[in-house]
Amino acid sequence: MGGISRRASELAKEENNNMQNSPIIEVRGISKTYEGGCEALRNLNMAFPRGELTTLLGPSGCGKTTLLKIIAGLLELTRGEVLIEGKKVDGPGPERAFVFQDFALMPWATVLRNVAFGLELRQVPKKERLEIARKYIDEVGLSGFETSYPHELSGGMRQRVGLARALAVDAEILLMDEPFASVDEQTRRKFQEDLLGLLETEKKTVVFVTHSIEEAIYLSDQVALMTPRPGSIMKIVNTKTERGRNPEEVRRDKKYLDCVEDLWQILKQYLV
Amino acid sequence: MTILGKKVPMMLSLVVWLAVWELVGRSRLLFLIPPFTEILKAATTVVTNAKFVDAVIISLKAFGMGMGIALVAGISLGVLMGRVKIVEQSLSMWLNVFVSAPLTAIVPALMVIFGIGQTTVVVTVLLFAIWVITLDTQAGVKNISPSLLEMARSFGASRFEVYTKVILWAALPEILCGLRLGLIRGVRGLVVGQLLIAIMGLGELFELYSRYFLMDRFWFLVILVFAFAFALAELVNYLERRIEFYARTR
Repeated sequence: MGGISRRASELAKEENNNMQNSPIIEVRGISKTYEGGCEALRNLNMAFPRGELTTLLGPSGCGKTTLLKIIAGLLELTRGEVLIEGKKVDGPGPERAFVFQDFALMPWATVLRNVAFGLELRQVPKKERLEIARKYIDEVGLSGFETSYPHELSGGMRQRVGLARALAVDAEILLMDEPFASVDEQTRRKFQEDLLGLLETEKKTVVFVTHSIEEAIYLSDQVALMTPRPGSIMKIVNTKTERGRNPEEVRRDKKYLDCVEDLWQILKQYLV
Repeated sequence: MTILGKKVPMMLSLVVWLAVWELVGRSRLLFLIPPFTEILKAATTVVTNAKFVDAVIISLKAFGMGMGIALVAGISLGVLMGRVKIVEQSLSMWLNVFVSAPLTAIVPALMVIFGIGQTTVVVTVLLFAIWVITLDTQAGVKNISPSLLEMARSFGASRFEVYTKVILWAALPEILCGLRLGLIRGVRGLVVGQLLIAIMGLGELFELYSRYFLMDRFWFLVILVFAFAFALAELVNYLERRIEFYARTR
């Protein structure tokens, strides 16, 4: 009797472990050709570890945003499959939230309504969703701006609204498409630091697209380098930095700078 | 506005024109132009006439129905053309033709098809108004930022929700602009339709007054119709200004 229940609990633990170690996102044999013949991705395979921040890095046009949108379920793939938690998906889902490069805010709605929009689409009752929205507005540092409209906000503030909206739906996976590309350099650095801080409390898996090598290494646990069009994964580089270190120190650390230089050398070949 | 450095209210130009009208009228230069004060006196005669009230009701009914259909059909068609490429490609040329066509020319033909009556007036209003509403709606829908639509889908919006929560709102500035132009064209259609049919509504009154040279009453009617069109356009304009805050930043 005891033996059976012990075996059962061992099996359960083993399954749990497998869940923890198995990648939360897996893409297999992804190919994408656009109408008109442009082959964006060819036979791409990649696994994204749970709870970590992976960056897709590569030259312009290599297909990183295409891959991100395919994972998000916003683009149809020509061939291949996307597996989330081991299950095949072919459209958007509640476990994935997207942060857009151009913010994609509804200009006719207040910040509060924008942040609550994801919850609104899930039929969460009004009182509850506004409460949740307020919490995340506060978390991204926009307290006091709940009743403002997007046109009254700066670019950096608008992106924070986009981020709050993605956090509010409490998805396990955050997909971020060059989220800091449309803000100025100082804000961008602050955002990178804020994002890391946020991710310490919110345990999420993040897939991040950027073409800034520095940003990729600073933020990520691993960087997936992509080949130019048609894109596939060239190399995966581990870039884990100790959490909680002074950001200024990190940006001047020799290992960090060497890493930036190495990646730059690899990417440079494809510039011509 | 300022004249010769002195600030004067905008209403001054209106007062000046009315004064000129009064003077020209009094001088009896042209019997076609009576003094403005006589037109105002005629107002009371016309408005208290039972025939007038009937005419207004008939006209408003035709206008309301024609505009209502034009609005619903026009917006629907415009959204369809903005979203479905095949529809756009097959109908675009026709839309452009009809938007700029002198539709007055086909009103007699409409009379033959739909008979001499209210139906023809409704169809005339509808045809005058619908094309610009469709065109502007289509433009508004095509202008929507694709990432806004992707955003809605990414958070799980159903097709219906994408249309009602995003597309219609994002295209609203253009839709209202189309509505304003459509209303103006609709009034034109109303007058043209009724004038040519001339047996009912305001058209009948117009014909009656001009036939018997009751110019004071005729001009009063003209001013009334002009004011009606203007008031409708200004109403929509007010709505447009209320949403202007987001029209510019899309």
